[in-house]
Amino acid sequence: MSNRLINWFKFASPQSFYPLAGKMIPWFWALTAVFGIAGLWLSFFVAPTDAVQGEGYRIIFIHVPASWMSMFIYLVMAAWAGLGLALNTRLSGMMAQALAPTGALMAFLSLWTGALWGKPMWGAWWVWDARLTSELILFFLYIGFIALQAAIDDPRRADKAGAILALVGVVNIPIIYFSVKWWNTLHQGASVSLTKSPSMAQTMLWGMLLMALAFWMYSIAVALMRVRAIILERETHTEWVKELEAVKR
Amino acid sequence: MSALLAIVRRDLLLAMRRKSEMLTALFFFIIVVSLFPLGIGPEPVLLRKIAPGVLWVAALLATMLSLNRLFAADHADGTLEQLALSPTPLGLLVTGKIAAHWLTSGLPLVLLAPVLGVQFDLDASALGILVGALLLGTPLLSLIGAIGAALTLGVRGGGVLLSLLVLPLYVPALIFGAGAVEAHISGLGASGHLSLLAALLALAVFFAPWATTAALRVAME
Repeated sequence: MSNRLINWFKFASPQSFYPLAGKMIPWFWALTAVFGIAGLWLSFFVAPTDAVQGEGYRIIFIHVPASWMSMFIYLVMAAWAGLGLALNTRLSGMMAQALAPTGALMAFLSLWTGALWGKPMWGAWWVWDARLTSELILFFLYIGFIALQAAIDDPRRADKAGAILALVGVVNIPIIYFSVKWWNTLHQGASVSLTKSPSMAQTMLWGMLLMALAFWMYSIAVALMRVRAIILERETHTEWVKELEAVKR
Repeated sequence: MSALLAIVRRDLLLAMRRKSEMLTALFFFIIVVSLFPLGIGPEPVLLRKIAPGVLWVAALLATMLSLNRLFAADHADGTLEQLALSPTPLGLLVTGKIAAHWLTSGLPLVLLAPVLGVQFDLDASALGILVGALLLGTPLLSLIGAIGAALTLGVRGGGVLLSLLVLPLYVPALIFGAGAVEAHISGLGASGHLSLLAALLALAVFFAPWATTAALRVAME
């Protein structure tokens, strides 16, 4: 038992995590490629044309995984942030910082593809639907987190302040979601309904799941690459970084 | 408890000695609200429709203006560190400071709102709901804003950053606050919105001082 604990905490130090992350990155890129190619093949060539929406619906294979990841990454980010506050590990803050830009990217992608999808389907780039609005606010939360971290020079303080903000945000996300939902039902008639899901063809569902896995693996790979860069940046003064082959060159 | 009252009294006294800061935010509120009819047009039907939203958005912005000074002066002259060192829990003292902030920035907005509501042709019962919603909502704004103020304490570009952090978190207060008045006008009854606003306030009273204290400790390290 104690042996296992020590093993886990071994990788909590940037020095031992750096090479581990380096070893994991190619694997996650490979998984991204495999899932991505399979998902794209399934979604473009195998999945049938939608009876109502025609070919335009195929953007769902980007849109839905991006939305899922944008929400999931915020949760993971908040979990790392909470871990960092509780255990005072440096790596947790770095992980949270490394995840934030990817999360913001996913939220932006989801809004962007949503607009592209909305134009042909509803005739509008933007409707004040509950999901769209809460996704927009999630995007703002990511931007706030990134801006706060960028504004504080001392990295340890930036980590802790960011962690508190991420935790406050994660408590607020369900409140914001439901408030926007009720606001929406009060204001808008059922002109546009995103919630009624048409019975989806099995292949469509598979394509979507494979694309979601591809996005997931991509997020991990990119976050690991970013965390390696952050480790190097913050630990430049240490001996082990100076000893690294890549740094010596 | 006496420490809580002492800190409320101290902050109120300080605010009274520097009335201009308080009044600036208040006049900002009045000006922003008055700009909307100029920009949109004076049709009473339209004004009555947008009144709750405009008043609430202006209240959010006016609160943002005054949040900066919640901890900044105390941080600059070292009072905050003394408060953190005192035997009274810092969370309690922070609650006192937030209460004083509401009394000097939120309460005046609540008192002014009916006058501005009359400009927008709201009737008496709608004004009553507006005051009630603001009375529940403005403490919520102070409480959530305090977290942002503590996080951005002594940070580069703190003011703009503060609004970026806090405004998304104000969305539920805005929705239920403005929604209460709108629901009342459209005949649906405001009690649901007001109850939700009160629930949010109860949550924030419990959690916000705690998060603010944590953020202040980070800022003072």
